[in-house]
Amino acid sequence: MVCVDESMIGNALICVRDLDKQYQRGGEEINVLQGLNLNVAQGEFVAFMGPSGSGKTTLLNLLGGLDLPSKGSITVAGDEVTHMSRRRLAAWRARHVGFIFQMYNLIPVLTAFQNVELPLLLTSFSKAERREHVEAALLLVGLSDRLGHYPRQLSGGQEQRVAIARAIVSDPTFLLCDEATGDLDRKNADEIMNLIERLVKEYGKTVLLVTHDPVVAARADVTLYLEKGALVGATAADMVAS
Amino acid sequence: MKFLPLILANLSRKKIRTILTIGSFAVALFLFAFLAAIKSAFNRGSEIAGADRLVINNRVSMILPLPLSYRDQIAHIPGVHAVTHYNWFGGTYKNPRNFFPQYPIDVENQPLVMPELKVPAEQWQAFARDRQGAIVGAATAKRFGWKVGDHIPIMNSSIDSKGPWEFNLDGIYHSDHVGGNETAFWFQWDYFEERVPQRVKGNVGWYVLKLEAPDDAVRVAKTIDNLFANSSFETKTETESAFAASMAKQFGNIEFLIITIGSVVFFTLLLVTGNTMAISVRERIGEIAVFKAIGFTDRSILFFILGEALALSIAGSTLGILCAAAAIPAMGAGLNGLLPRLVLSSSLMLMGMGFAIVVGIASGLLPALGAMRLRVVKALREV
Repeated sequence: MVCVDESMIGNALICVRDLDKQYQRGGEEINVLQGLNLNVAQGEFVAFMGPSGSGKTTLLNLLGGLDLPSKGSITVAGDEVTHMSRRRLAAWRARHVGFIFQMYNLIPVLTAFQNVELPLLLTSFSKAERREHVEAALLLVGLSDRLGHYPRQLSGGQEQRVAIARAIVSDPTFLLCDEATGDLDRKNADEIMNLIERLVKEYGKTVLLVTHDPVVAARADVTLYLEKGALVGATAADMVAS
Repeated sequence: MKFLPLILANLSRKKIRTILTIGSFAVALFLFAFLAAIKSAFNRGSEIAGADRLVINNRVSMILPLPLSYRDQIAHIPGVHAVTHYNWFGGTYKNPRNFFPQYPIDVENQPLVMPELKVPAEQWQAFARDRQGAIVGAATAKRFGWKVGDHIPIMNSSIDSKGPWEFNLDGIYHSDHVGGNETAFWFQWDYFEERVPQRVKGNVGWYVLKLEAPDDAVRVAKTIDNLFANSSFETKTETESAFAASMAKQFGNIEFLIITIGSVVFFTLLLVTGNTMAISVRERIGEIAVFKAIGFTDRSILFFILGEALALSIAGSTLGILCAAAAIPAMGAGLNGLLPRLVLSSSLMLMGMGFAIVVGIASGLLPALGAMRLRVVKALREV
């Protein structure tokens, strides 16, 4: 289970220690994250909530190796991420992280198939193997009949499902979802959350999700609340109630 | 190769922009190929000139004549294998626009001095027997659809007003050299000498001699010029390549002109394509960030952008070269023999492609470096 102290270090898939992140803005130093500690076990579904500017996305970027902390360490599956070179970090992301963005971020000139195939281009899979994996991923998200469709030919919900297929096709260690349902209506948001829940429950995926929506957060095993860069534990049920 | 569809997909993003950029390369390469073919045509005379041939002109001006009586004196100089002579005739066929070079020649010595211009033996023998016979280069024969046995009237009102000069086409010559001049029209010196006015008789335009050995060129040239020094018709003797080069210079510094135009065209192309690539990269900062987030390295992003620039330059330059290869022969024909045949050699094509590829890579380099250094977090924030 998720914990914010050091009681679970041995079992943790993701282990964050004393994490600080500061930005310079107009000569002023802004502390986005301060002394953050976190352990996430394999197969957990964790939601992060908090007001704008509380550091949720920054935390996700640090966990995904898109940015480097000012201080502290992040260890994922035994790999110390914080001191990797940009090149090694890219390879590490390709192997361990699946990103799902709010705006889907599909490549508009590529078909659904080609979008999902992108992470596999970085592997040594043959063309036939890549096809097999892509078709399996698109089948899992219910879009096996949309292989040749371009993003502009898909609805928002379908685009996000393609993005999920792209995130899982290389079987990453964990998924990072940044407001994955933020641009969808309730019905589509529910469908996307069903899919993410399925990935956790049936496939044992570890998911870390940032959201402003308490209903979405309530689907997670645990919701953590961030405020002014500090982590505060809370349950989804509490959020909905409040 | 697995990344090629990505590069092609990106190029298909803005089709009109891609087509226009490819078109810029194609036009630049077409212009380059055309200018290079003209430059090559100007230089070809000196490139294929015989190392063992000397050209003798009037020292005052090449348009002034030399006496025919010099021929035997030159022929007796040690080291001279054979000597022949030419006159510029300057006639036209049917229409004043149908211009091509015509020369009365020394039938006996022409094959000895110009062995690379081949005429079948039986045709040459027929020509030698026929006072009004003529031999024409294959290019001119093709241009006017002439064949052996045709009667060809050539107008030249500057020599006399007795009407056209009538010739029988006895043969067609080909050059052993690729791109060699196959436009000339030869006819018998005796026929020329018989018909020209008294003031022209006994004069030749210039001599060409073949040496026994190329090493003798300097000595023989000096001997000839000394022999006729202080005469009414002093000579200027030079190697055939020097003569051809000086002929080309009559048109001005063609090489400088062509290099200048070519440089300006390629530099403009660099700016245009560089701007296009910069806009193209700026438009998809968010996508580049996604590629990086997925795990593509900075270096692979650099190669993608350079690959796009390279694909544009290869497509455009190939199109330009193909258009040039198709159009240059026709454009050369339109020059009506003003220049030797325009030839787009494979080395010129490769050089053009090379320039285009360098321009392509250079134009993509700055945007590619920018994309390579792009910080994912910052770029994702801008999506």
